[in-house]
Amino acid sequence: MFGKILIANRGEIACRIARTAQRMGVATVMVYSDADAAALHVRGAPQAIRLGASPAAASYLDGAKVIAAALASGAQAVHPGYGFLSENADFAQACAAAGLTFIGPSVDAIRMMGSKSAAKKLMASHAVPLVPGYYGEDQNPALLAAAAVDMGFPVLIKASAGGGGRGMRVVRAAAEFAPALASAQRESLSAFADARVLLEKYIERPRHIEVQIFGDQHGNLVHLFERDCSLQRRHQKVIEEAPALNLTPAQRATLYAAATAAGRAVNYVGAGTVEFVVAPDGAIYFIEMNTRLQVEHPVTEAITGLDLVEWQLRVAAGEPLPLAQSAIGQRGHAIEVRVYAEDPAQDFRPSVGQIVHARLPAASAQVRVETGVASGDSVSPWYDAMVAKLIVQAENRPSALRLMAHTLRETELAGVNSNLVYLRRIIEHPDYAAGDFTTHFAEEQKAQLLPTPGAPPNRVLLLAVAAVLRGRDQAAMTASPWALADSFRLNHTRCERLSFRHGEALINLTLHQHRSGPRVGLPDSSQVELRAVPAPDGRFQLDIGAQQIHARVVQRGELLEIFDAGERWVLGLIDPLQRTDEDEIATGSLLAPMPGAITAVLVAVGDVVRRGQPLLVLEAMKIEHTITAPCDGTVSELYFLQGQQVTQEGAELVRVAPAIPPPAAAV
Amino acid sequence: MPVLKTRVERQSPQFCANTAAMSALVEDLRSRVESSSAGGGRQAREKHLKRGKLLPRDRIDQLLDPGSAFLECSQLAAYGMYEDEVPAAGVITGIGRISGVECVVVVNDATVKGGSYYPMTVKKHLRAQEIARENRLPCVYLVDSGGAFLPRQDEVFPDREHFGRIFYNQATLSGLGIPQLAVVMGSCTAGGAYVPAMSDESIIVRHQGTIFLGGPPLVKAATGEVVSAEDLGGADVHSRRSGVTDYYARDDRHALAMARRLVANLNWRKLGEVTREPSCEPLYPATDLYGIVPTDLRKPYDVREVIARLVDGSQFDEFKELYGTTLITGFARLHGYPVGIIANNGILFSESALKGAHFIELCCQRGIPLLFLQNITGFMVGSKYEAGGIAKDGAKLVTAVACAKVPKFTVIIGGSFGAGNYGMCGRAYSPRFLWTWPNARISVMGGEQAAAVLAQVKRDNFEAQGQLWPAADEESFKAPVRAQYEQQGHPYYATARLWDDGIIDPADTRRVLGLALTAALSAPIERTPFGVFRM
Repeated sequence: MFGKILIANRGEIACRIARTAQRMGVATVMVYSDADAAALHVRGAPQAIRLGASPAAASYLDGAKVIAAALASGAQAVHPGYGFLSENADFAQACAAAGLTFIGPSVDAIRMMGSKSAAKKLMASHAVPLVPGYYGEDQNPALLAAAAVDMGFPVLIKASAGGGGRGMRVVRAAAEFAPALASAQRESLSAFADARVLLEKYIERPRHIEVQIFGDQHGNLVHLFERDCSLQRRHQKVIEEAPALNLTPAQRATLYAAATAAGRAVNYVGAGTVEFVVAPDGAIYFIEMNTRLQVEHPVTEAITGLDLVEWQLRVAAGEPLPLAQSAIGQRGHAIEVRVYAEDPAQDFRPSVGQIVHARLPAASAQVRVETGVASGDSVSPWYDAMVAKLIVQAENRPSALRLMAHTLRETELAGVNSNLVYLRRIIEHPDYAAGDFTTHFAEEQKAQLLPTPGAPPNRVLLLAVAAVLRGRDQAAMTASPWALADSFRLNHTRCERLSFRHGEALINLTLHQHRSGPRVGLPDSSQVELRAVPAPDGRFQLDIGAQQIHARVVQRGELLEIFDAGERWVLGLIDPLQRTDEDEIATGSLLAPMPGAITAVLVAVGDVVRRGQPLLVLEAMKIEHTITAPCDGTVSELYFLQGQQVTQEGAELVRVAPAIPPPAAAV
Repeated sequence: MPVLKTRVERQSPQFCANTAAMSALVEDLRSRVESSSAGGGRQAREKHLKRGKLLPRDRIDQLLDPGSAFLECSQLAAYGMYEDEVPAAGVITGIGRISGVECVVVVNDATVKGGSYYPMTVKKHLRAQEIARENRLPCVYLVDSGGAFLPRQDEVFPDREHFGRIFYNQATLSGLGIPQLAVVMGSCTAGGAYVPAMSDESIIVRHQGTIFLGGPPLVKAATGEVVSAEDLGGADVHSRRSGVTDYYARDDRHALAMARRLVANLNWRKLGEVTREPSCEPLYPATDLYGIVPTDLRKPYDVREVIARLVDGSQFDEFKELYGTTLITGFARLHGYPVGIIANNGILFSESALKGAHFIELCCQRGIPLLFLQNITGFMVGSKYEAGGIAKDGAKLVTAVACAKVPKFTVIIGGSFGAGNYGMCGRAYSPRFLWTWPNARISVMGGEQAAAVLAQVKRDNFEAQGQLWPAADEESFKAPVRAQYEQQGHPYYATARLWDDGIIDPADTRRVLGLALTAALSAPIERTPFGVFRM
């Protein structure tokens, strides 16, 4: 076994690998980029080495730097995790050349499986079922079109070198083929510097099933059952589970046989995943093989009770597989969700920024939490926005679903947007619960999974008001009676207006400070007594009607994030005193700041100008003053020509008629 | 610290009757304040809003920190005067927190007679400046006024405490380092032009604010020049050319945001140093005060029950508990601040006066603010007491009260009659603030006594001429005297004339005192040089 390994990765996977290594007595070395200098995987590390600047190319993807760090730290092996250098054959080779063990398969296996066309060719020769397709080198468009007709539409065009859905097109009729091909090639060329494509028969309503395999250097190879990763969004896995639902024993046998055959074909060593599609008719086709530890490996660990990272280390160190196939069993059902810092409402755009509050569920025998972040950490724009994985295990799938829904309700991320609510909607979706889902589920159920956010319920608004008042109380703790911030008015009941922004909507509430306590006027014109007290765990206990609820409000400046019953509401308190300096004093800059000469006139009367656009230049006292447009508009008057002298300070030089804002769209 | 025990029986008929009576008084007060706070009529308000201007109270809300209290002064100024056409005397004054600094705010209400200055308007404005001076509070003037009310120019213009005093105060307050900030949100004509011009910094709202010594009509009459108000004294003129104003605001909100910045930039530090303790609420609810205080001023009750509902934790260290028992003196905390309390528990005797003077000396030595709870019919009369020197003992108390430099606060919680008013820090003794409860009465003596005294004099005259005065005639003579005293001694009559800083709901007393006490500590607490105590 190694004395020390370097973990060439970041985030949750780096932490997860280190945990197993340390349990085995193997020392670990972390690496980091500038953006990650204070990241969770670095903070707790006994040793961490800076790779370089924040871009992955300058750090986690720079193989030479990783190898130099490994050598400098005295590590004997490099664990690449997933992504980054994990499937980079050149890197694996460079490790070997530097005398380091690459914890993964052989260089040849990576290369072979790295090219989808080559992999499929190889699989075809090893009796692994393939989707009808064309994987040839000849990229003549006519030939490709003919091949498409042969296999029958719909047909999928994929980039040979690609992944992640780029360069991918579904063609449903012969007439659409040529333009789709051209566009796929263009995209592929720009994304991968390789225009080659392959064609496949497109399977409607497929499921994505993959088999975990493991090989050692002694010719042993086993499978660790399958995972169902059908729940994807744009070809990115979102939820994974094991075992897969609704497979016949015969299908399982086919899957395992095909997967181990694929592994044997390349003398596979280490953890690998063979991915298949299962068609509605039950047919099974090979898609590709991933020569790394998968993000979703914990579900396999959950049902088998094994530690795949431990196996990786043992195998890489030359040990035989710890268990024979017959000794490997599975029990129960496991589900993993990938928690991303992203905004489902904004087309899942990554959400960058500080996680001001992270509440992750407590780990237990049934709940596993893999996180790369903690409260206060930042999600940087440089890397994948996955921040954590939640894995649950139960005796059966319904129990696991229930537990996952509960776990997601208990998870809170504030400061950045996340897909937590989106994940819970999937988990709670009846079709998903019934096992009736394919890789198109996320797209097909979009309307239900991403409902148009409605107006926040009254309880959420009351929580928001409670948080605003708490903020004021905290300010008043040490301070004078003036800081009580109850809007005291002599012989009046002060009615204060509190306005919140929710998305595009404006919510106006009124706050009445009665002697008996505050009352809140709600948008539905009701007025209720506000009964909210802070609970010991930092949440609020809100009494509304006969109900008592506990919910958290995270306040950061004007922004309130309310976590209530598994939902997250983001409200912006509108500070009535805050003024934007948007429309500056309009006429100010159009007057001569002092007498001088007009050295340039940059616009003519009638020109449409943008705010800030230079209009003319006045030279005075050896200084050039550029007069700029104070607002969007049209130049209506020019009082001076180029070369003219302005004799009067404050003389008007030019006049801009402000653009009239477009009238509200007619309904 | 000893805790005051309460002996109040909340179920007793007396308590319930008192509560009902006081509730009615408070309700009446609130409704009168509400109508006077509305300013000019609906039409005037709508006209004001149509011009894009905020109503004066909305201006205050925008100016103050969110949630800040506003300790308004003289809400019912001019109540019942000038045919009731000048609600709140057309100006809103008070103390509020701006950017964390307690400031005096003076806001013209242009919906009331164009914000012009009636005699009571002047008095209220000057009182606000006096509060600023005594408590060292920065002043923010939101100006929107046509200047002096010309038909009453004789009551507004010429005298010492008239219109000109406003600018005298601005100059001398500024001289004391008390910032003077003006926001021109409407007209500042003639004398009014000096409010922004005399300020340390001033803001003007474009198309709203105008400043000129002579308005367009006067200019036309004097020189024939025809000029619009905006061109004569608008924001552009004064921000770009004259330099009368320093900041150019787009609208009311912008101007008020700027004003907040000006205060934020004052680098303001409070100078009143006292020890602080964490504040805690009294043990008994403030609303008990309604049931404790009889509306009939002749009915005695233990003023400790009142103190127990004002001070932190109802804790009160009584001084000389067993001596001069008609005056209660002692130490307590109010919102965490130390306070020495002097409260009437009956008529003043020599001993009570001496005890009060002694206690004031203690507080002045120690820099402890004084709170007077005034419910006094006067000093004891009669030959025994005159011979006992009650006049010189009363003088000691009056001397101590007059000279004390620590912040003094007075609440008239019942009667305020005769020399008792002096000994208990009436208006003439310059308490920093003086408030009245709605059940209070103030006059040189009680109406009944006044009627009796005057009737006695008249009867003596009749008898000197050997005539008889029929009893029925005597009664018809006394009735109007009693009625006059009742009317003039009523809190509404008093507050309309600014004999106090406002009538307060007894249940708000603690909060009001807390706000005032804190604001007063903006000024340093000075040492007291006492006058001669006649021994």
